[in-house]
Amino acid sequence: MSARDNILRRLRAAPQGEAPLAPDVSAFYAAVNASAPPSTRASRIELFCEKMAFWRGEVVRVRRANWPQELRQICVEKGVRSLLHGEASVHAEALKAAGIAGLKPYDRPLGEWKKELFEDTDAGFTSTRGGIAETGTLIVWPDASEPRLMSLVPPIHFALLDADQLHDTLFDAMHAQRWSDGMPTNALLVSGPSKTADIQVTLAYGAHGPKELVVLLLVNGEEMQ
Amino acid sequence: MNSQPLDFVPASEFKQRAADAVADDHLRKSFRGAMDFLIGKRAAQFPDAAALESQRSLAEHIRKYSLARLPELLEQLERKLTDNGVQVHWAETGEEACAIIVGIAQRHSTKLMVKGKSMVSEEVELNHAMADAGIDALESDMGEYIVQLDGEKPSHIIMPAIHKTKQQIARLFADKVPGAGYTESVDELIGIGRAVLREKFMSAEVGLSGVNFAVAETGTLCLVENEGNGRMCTTVPEVHIAITGIEKVVDKLDHVPPLFGLLTRSATGQAITTYFNMISGPRKPGEKDGPGEMHLVLVDNGRTQAYSDEQLRSTLQCIRCGACMNHCPVYTRIGGHAYGTTYPGPIGEIISPHMLGLNATHVLPTASSLCGACGEVCPVRIPIPELLVRLREEAQHDARPGHAPLRGQGAAKSRLVDAVWSGWAALYTRPALYRAFGWLATRFRALTPPMQGGWTVSRTPMKPAARTLHELMAARRKR
Repeated sequence: MSARDNILRRLRAAPQGEAPLAPDVSAFYAAVNASAPPSTRASRIELFCEKMAFWRGEVVRVRRANWPQELRQICVEKGVRSLLHGEASVHAEALKAAGIAGLKPYDRPLGEWKKELFEDTDAGFTSTRGGIAETGTLIVWPDASEPRLMSLVPPIHFALLDADQLHDTLFDAMHAQRWSDGMPTNALLVSGPSKTADIQVTLAYGAHGPKELVVLLLVNGEEMQ
Repeated sequence: MNSQPLDFVPASEFKQRAADAVADDHLRKSFRGAMDFLIGKRAAQFPDAAALESQRSLAEHIRKYSLARLPELLEQLERKLTDNGVQVHWAETGEEACAIIVGIAQRHSTKLMVKGKSMVSEEVELNHAMADAGIDALESDMGEYIVQLDGEKPSHIIMPAIHKTKQQIARLFADKVPGAGYTESVDELIGIGRAVLREKFMSAEVGLSGVNFAVAETGTLCLVENEGNGRMCTTVPEVHIAITGIEKVVDKLDHVPPLFGLLTRSATGQAITTYFNMISGPRKPGEKDGPGEMHLVLVDNGRTQAYSDEQLRSTLQCIRCGACMNHCPVYTRIGGHAYGTTYPGPIGEIISPHMLGLNATHVLPTASSLCGACGEVCPVRIPIPELLVRLREEAQHDARPGHAPLRGQGAAKSRLVDAVWSGWAALYTRPALYRAFGWLATRFRALTPPMQGGWTVSRTPMKPAARTLHELMAARRKR
């Protein structure tokens, strides 16, 4: 008998009372939503910005027409000398056209340039799949074009978020984006820069991952503030 | 690092360690301060009591439902993960789990394994096994790193180094980290840890992590963290090994948000952690990072014993938030090390007997005043006080009829206690004997010994009254 067989046999031999019905999570969230005022695009944007600021993430409202120029300006202000971006990402051309200095595509397997990535890359730029207003959270799904470490290793993470893709809750986002149809090898929720409170409950940023998170929030002209 | 086995004091010496801890003013101050902080932060997350209760009901339901279907969910999880390219292993004991992990590491000629936070790896004493095989196992969670550097074990499941002051950590880093100077700045201390550990993430052949939720539906392992070391361990090394208890599986992705929301709010009073890392497989062709090989080790280590009893099964509903210890008056006073087990506090008192047997742990369920705070704050409504009483009973008696004996069943049985209870029963079922005893005890009360064992250590001696209650009532009726 293998360990697997023994474990499953013991579990199956255990007495079972009446089997509980499947929990209705959708009904739970529907009831929660029904008891709150309905959310609007404006309320989602406002809540997201408030919560992200609480996590010490910077939110910069940008327009579709000129966000790469805005990014270029922020990079100059922060003294970013090298900006990692997805090689085949849809945004690669826009970044180049904006004339951002030190653009560096993630164009090789990690093993070929681990040291350079860890020690000589100032910032990383990724797209996002959406955001969650309730908690101030980015949904990041790394893929072949935008690998996993882009949002983790460089000290600054720039993330582009379309306000159209803001959801009220994690549950809403999962459903709207049909996650259960198939998950990628790695999917992430990111709420602020890396942090720890392991020394005397004192909060410190940049524990292992980015010390700064800058969200470029794509909004319409009248939402620019 | 950590080549010395960390000898953990046996739980049987619990009382002495508890007494030492209570006498340590500094330790008590650290824990009191930290627990008050966490209690306050949690309370701020749940302003609406009715809303909290409905969330707890849903979370309890999800956990009970998952446990009711545990064998099939484990098989489904294994199937999905295997389809995703993950190798799934099963271990009945801690030793088996260690042997599996050492075996994988040796196949890759591993010199260094970096570890994300995993209580199950502590439970199975993985670091000893790796050291015996000549492989460095380095903790990378800041708190765990600090504790390991000092040759200690975590004192809290969420905040491992909560018992240390920044001055102690400053001294530790200055002494043990090559090139580090003495600094009491928390930012600088974290910076030192970051620099050391980044080197290690780059050179480690294997990364190890725990699992917070394993989703059967999609074959997804979910990890909750703030620091990013978990992401490093599961992304940078060529091999990722996840280790988890068999109870962590849930049926649907839908079941994750309610549990995740309660976990972080109950644990540290955060609405969400910085990272929620969902891993469903090794890198696919074309992906440029992520492990090329991925394993999951499913560990029993006594969990099936708890599962086999319908009442004790609720122990396995636990999502390891640590709220029970934060709110426990005993834990707050004695700290995590006094328990001598991987899991301290109320959850440790009810889970450790299944992992280690009642022989070694029968004293733990008595480390409670049964005040009920743990049960009140538990986000998945584990009836911890009831389970403590049940385990006390199992430690004192033979198994109930129709129940298989627990490991170490009856370990705390005492002839003296049995004799006292039989005597008590004899007195209270025979009125003549009872009256005679009452007469003797009141008339000869001057002979009561002044030293009454444990009772008089910190209390005045007990002394019978001058007359029994029956006599007093009879006298009153005559008047």
